[in-house]
Amino acid sequence: MKETDVQINRVDWIAVSIYFVLVMIGWFNIYAVVFDSQVEKSIFDFSISSGKQLIWIGTSIGLITIIMVADYRFFENLSLVIYLLFLLILVLTPFFGKEVNGQILSIGVGEFRIQPGEFTKFATALALAKVMERPTFELSKRNYQIIAFLVLLVPIGLILLQPDTGTAMVYFSFLLMFYREGLPQWYFGVGLGAIAITLLALGVENNLYLAAFIVAMVGALIYLGKKSWQRILAFSLIGIGLIAYIYSIDFVVSKLPIHQQNRVMVLFNPEIDPLGVGWNVTQSKIAIGSGGLFGKGYLEGTQTKFDFVPEQDTDFIFCTLGEEFGWLGSVVVIGLFAGLLYRLVIMAERQKTRFSRIYGYGVISILLFHFMINISMTIGLFPVVGIPLPFFSYGGSSLWSFTILLFIFIKLDSSRASQLGRIN
Amino acid sequence: MRDQRAAVIVLVIFLVSSVLLLKLFTIQVVDDSFLRRAESNAIQRVVDHPYRGLVYDRTGKLLVFNDPIFDLMVVPREFQVGDTTRFCDLFRISKDELIEGYNAAKSYSRVKPSPLIKQLSTKDFARIQDFLVDYPGLFILTRSVRSYPSPIAAHALGYLGEISAGQLKKDTLLYYSQGDYIGLSGLEKYYENELRGKKGVKYKMVNVRGVDKGPFKQGQYDTLSFAGKNLTSTLDLELQAYGELLMSGKTGSVVAIEPKTGEILAMLSAPFYNPNELTGAAFGKTYSKLNKDASKPLFNRPIMATYPPGSIFKIVQSLIGLQEGILTPNTTFACNRSLVACHNHPSPVNLFGAIRNSCNPYYHQAFRQIINQDVSSNTFKDTEIGLNAWREKVLKFGLGAPLSIDMSGEKGGNVPSSKLYDRIYGEGRWKYSTIYSLSIGQGEMEVTPLQMANLAAIFANKGYYYTPHLVKAINGDPKQIPRKFQEKHTVGVDPHHFDLIQDAMAEAIYGTAPRAVMKDLVIAGKTGTAQNPHGEDHSVFIAFAPKDDPKIAIAVYVENAGWGGRAAATTASLMIEKYLRRTVARTELQDYVLAGNFVY
Repeated sequence: MKETDVQINRVDWIAVSIYFVLVMIGWFNIYAVVFDSQVEKSIFDFSISSGKQLIWIGTSIGLITIIMVADYRFFENLSLVIYLLFLLILVLTPFFGKEVNGQILSIGVGEFRIQPGEFTKFATALALAKVMERPTFELSKRNYQIIAFLVLLVPIGLILLQPDTGTAMVYFSFLLMFYREGLPQWYFGVGLGAIAITLLALGVENNLYLAAFIVAMVGALIYLGKKSWQRILAFSLIGIGLIAYIYSIDFVVSKLPIHQQNRVMVLFNPEIDPLGVGWNVTQSKIAIGSGGLFGKGYLEGTQTKFDFVPEQDTDFIFCTLGEEFGWLGSVVVIGLFAGLLYRLVIMAERQKTRFSRIYGYGVISILLFHFMINISMTIGLFPVVGIPLPFFSYGGSSLWSFTILLFIFIKLDSSRASQLGRIN
Repeated sequence: MRDQRAAVIVLVIFLVSSVLLLKLFTIQVVDDSFLRRAESNAIQRVVDHPYRGLVYDRTGKLLVFNDPIFDLMVVPREFQVGDTTRFCDLFRISKDELIEGYNAAKSYSRVKPSPLIKQLSTKDFARIQDFLVDYPGLFILTRSVRSYPSPIAAHALGYLGEISAGQLKKDTLLYYSQGDYIGLSGLEKYYENELRGKKGVKYKMVNVRGVDKGPFKQGQYDTLSFAGKNLTSTLDLELQAYGELLMSGKTGSVVAIEPKTGEILAMLSAPFYNPNELTGAAFGKTYSKLNKDASKPLFNRPIMATYPPGSIFKIVQSLIGLQEGILTPNTTFACNRSLVACHNHPSPVNLFGAIRNSCNPYYHQAFRQIINQDVSSNTFKDTEIGLNAWREKVLKFGLGAPLSIDMSGEKGGNVPSSKLYDRIYGEGRWKYSTIYSLSIGQGEMEVTPLQMANLAAIFANKGYYYTPHLVKAINGDPKQIPRKFQEKHTVGVDPHHFDLIQDAMAEAIYGTAPRAVMKDLVIAGKTGTAQNPHGEDHSVFIAFAPKDDPKIAIAVYVENAGWGGRAAATTASLMIEKYLRRTVARTELQDYVLAGNFVY
C-alpha cells in the first residue's frame, strides 16, 4: 500500500514552511541570548542553549517523520488512550517529579526530563476532538457542555496541583474551539463582561466609583425600559450581584499568593517597584523598546545578552528579537504567527471529518493563546505568566509538544482525502 | 452560521496581532525613553583622567608632582567579608567603620562600586594587595593628588579643589563634570588648560551585575587621554625656601625678580601654609581652618595687599622731574619743615642728597613744580591738568593697574586722578595744597609689593621692565608662555637719568639701612615706611644688586615691623646674598632676622 506517497503531495507546505522559519528564527535568537563576545562560542556548541536547542530541533524532525508516516487513524483511535496516559503521568508527577522553586513540573530519568503539562495540551485536544466528533454532540446542550468541560477540567486541576497557573490557563483557550463548535455566544458575552469588570475593579482605585456607575446604569435601564416588577427585580439583583463581585475581587486578590498579587499590581502600575516585582516587565520593555525601528543588529543587543532580562531564552525570548531586530523584526515574526494561524483556520475549515476540524481548532486555540499571552507579558499588556512562545522558546518539552501538536493536524489534513464521507 | 464563526476567529487573530504590533510600535518607535534607559543599564562611560602636568623650578628641581592614592572600593552585591575580625585586622579598620562604610555603599548602590576605605597610602596599598583576592567585590581605585617635595611657594603654586556648581555652569565647552578637580588659585588656576591635559572616555558594556563585558562597539567611540603639560617655573626653589625661612613667624611679602626678564625668582606671602596639607583628603579640613585663621594665611599678600608706597616713591618723582626738565642733578630745595615734617639732615639738598636723605620738603616743592606748570591761570584748573599729566607718567611705571602677571586676584593699587579729588572735594575745589602728600608717596597712593619689586627692576634696568611672571617654559618650550611676558615695556624716562638714581640708592643704604650693606657687593636700595593707622608701621625695602649688572630686584614688606631700614632691608640683603652667592655668610644678620625683634 502506497498511501504515504499520496499523502506527501497533500501536505500543507505553507504551514510546514512557516513552522520551520519560526523554529530557525527562534534558534538564532537563542544563540543571540547566550552569545558573549568575550568567550566566542559557535552556535553549534552543545555546552550552550543554542547547541542544545539544535538537538531538540533535530529530534523534533524525527518526531515529525514518525507522525507523518504513521496511519492517521492511529491518532483518532488512540486519542483517549493518549489522553489518559498523560493524565496518569500528570498524577504521578508530584510523586516522582523534581521540585524546582516549589513547583514540580518535570518527570523523567537523569538528564532526560519532560514536562507532562506541555504534552497534555495536544492529548487534551485529541481527547476533545474524539469526544465531540459524534454527530449528536451539540455544545448548545447542557449535558454535552458538561462533558466537554470535564475533559478540560481534569488536566487543569492536575496542573494546578503542581502548581503551574500559567500552563493551566492555557487550557481555557479551548473555549475558542468550543465557540467554533457552537457553544452559545452568551457564554462569551458573560465571560468578556466578567473580564472587563474584573479589570475595571482592579484598575480603578476606588470601587465606590464603579458601584455608583453600576447603580446609575441599572437605574437608567429600569427607567427607560418596560416597568414590570420582574424586570425591576432582575436588574436590581444583577446590579447588586455586580457590586458584590467588585468588592469580592479585592478580597480574592488579597488571598492570592503574594507573587501573583504582585504580578497583577505590576500590570496596572509597571513603575511601582522597578527593582523588585516590576523588574521583569520593566527590563523586558526596556530591551524591546530600545530596539527602535530597525533594531540594534544581530548579536548587538546589550539588554538581553547581559542578563538584564530574566528567563530570556525561554519565556522572554521575544525581548532579544525586539531589541536586535526592532519593530520591523516584530512585524515579521508577528506576521508569521498570524499567517500560520490564518492558514490553520483555512485548513481546519476544509476538513472532511469533524474530528480533524475540532483538533485543528484546538491547535489554533493553543497557539493563539501562547502567542498572544507570551508577547503581551513581555510588553506589559498582561501579567507575567510562565508560558513559552511556540517554536521560539528554548526547551525540549516546549518545542516537542508544539511540534507534535501542529504536525498531528498537518498529518490529519494531508489525509483528508482518505477520510471522505465521514464528515458529521 | 459556522463559517461566520470561523470568520470571527480570523478576526480575533488579526485583532490580537494588530494590538501587539500597535503596542510594540509605541514602545519601540514612538517612545525613545527605553533606548536611554537601556544605555544607562548596560553602557558605562568611564572617564580616563589624564596625569596633570608637573611643575619644576627654574633649575629643574621638582616643585609639584602627582602622588598616587588608592581608594579601596566595594561592590556590595559581590562583597563577602567572611571572618569580620580577620578582615578588620588585615585592613586596619574598626568593625564600626566597616559596617558604616558598607552600609553607606549599599545605600548608594548594590551593584556600583563606592569607596570603603579612602586614600590608602602606598604602604598600606602594598600590604593589602595580596589579601584582596580573598575578598570578592573589593578592588583598588587609583587616583592621584598633588604633592610637594618641598612644602614651599604655596600661594604661588596654588591649589586644586572640586569644581563648583558655578564653575560647571560657566564651562560652556562641557569639559568638566561633577567631582572633577580644577585649579582654584595660583599657577594651578592660571595654567589650568595647560596642566589638565585632555580627558579620555571609554564606553564599556556591563551586565546586570556590573561585570565588565568589554568595550562598546569595539571601542569606536572611545577617546584617549593626554597628559597635561609640564611647567617650568621661574621660581628658584632654594631662594624661595630661604625667603620662607626668614619670613616665618612674620607677616608680609617678599618678591624677587630677575630684572632683565621679569622672571619672578621668589614670591612669598607670610604667614604661609604647607601646600601638602591642602590636597587630598585633608583639603576640606585644612581649608576651613586656614580660612578662619585671623592671620589670613590664604591671603596672597604680594599681589593682593596694597600699601602706600612711602618714601620709595620719591625715586619715581625724581625720575619724572628729571625727564620733564623740572629737576636737574643740581636743583636744590631747602628742607623747609613748615611744609611737611622731616628728620635731621643738612639743608638745603640737591637731588642726590634728597634721595639719600629721603627729604620730604624737597619733594613737596619739586612735586609742586611738576603739577603746577602754569598751563592754566586758574590754579584749580592748573592743578587738575598737572595731576592728570603726572598720573599718565606714573602709570607707565606699572603702577595704578594690575601688572597682569600669570596669577589671578592681582590688585592694581591706586594712582589717584582728578576724578577722585573731584568726588571727595568737589570739582574746582582742590589744588596742590590738597594733594601734596602724593609727593612723598602718601595720601591716596596705593601699590602692591609686586609693583614695588617691579619698580626695583625698572630702576635696575634703567627704564624698562618685562611683566613679572612665574612660568618660563611650558613643556620645556619658552615660546609657549603667553606673549605678553615677552614684550618690553618702557617707562618713558631716558636711561641716563637713572645713573644718578642708582648712585643715590647705592649710597642711601649706608645711611638708612646700614645692616643691608655688603662689603664686596654693591646693593642699591631704598627704604620706605608704609604708614599704618592701626598700629606699628610696615617696614618696606626695595633693592637691586649688583648695582652695575643687576641680577636681582627685590621688594620686602614686613608688616608692623617699624622702620624699613631694619626688618625689610636686612631680609632683602640676605635674599640677595643667598641668590647671588648661593650661601649666606652673614649668620649673625640671619639670626637677627630670625629672632624677629625689629621694633625697639
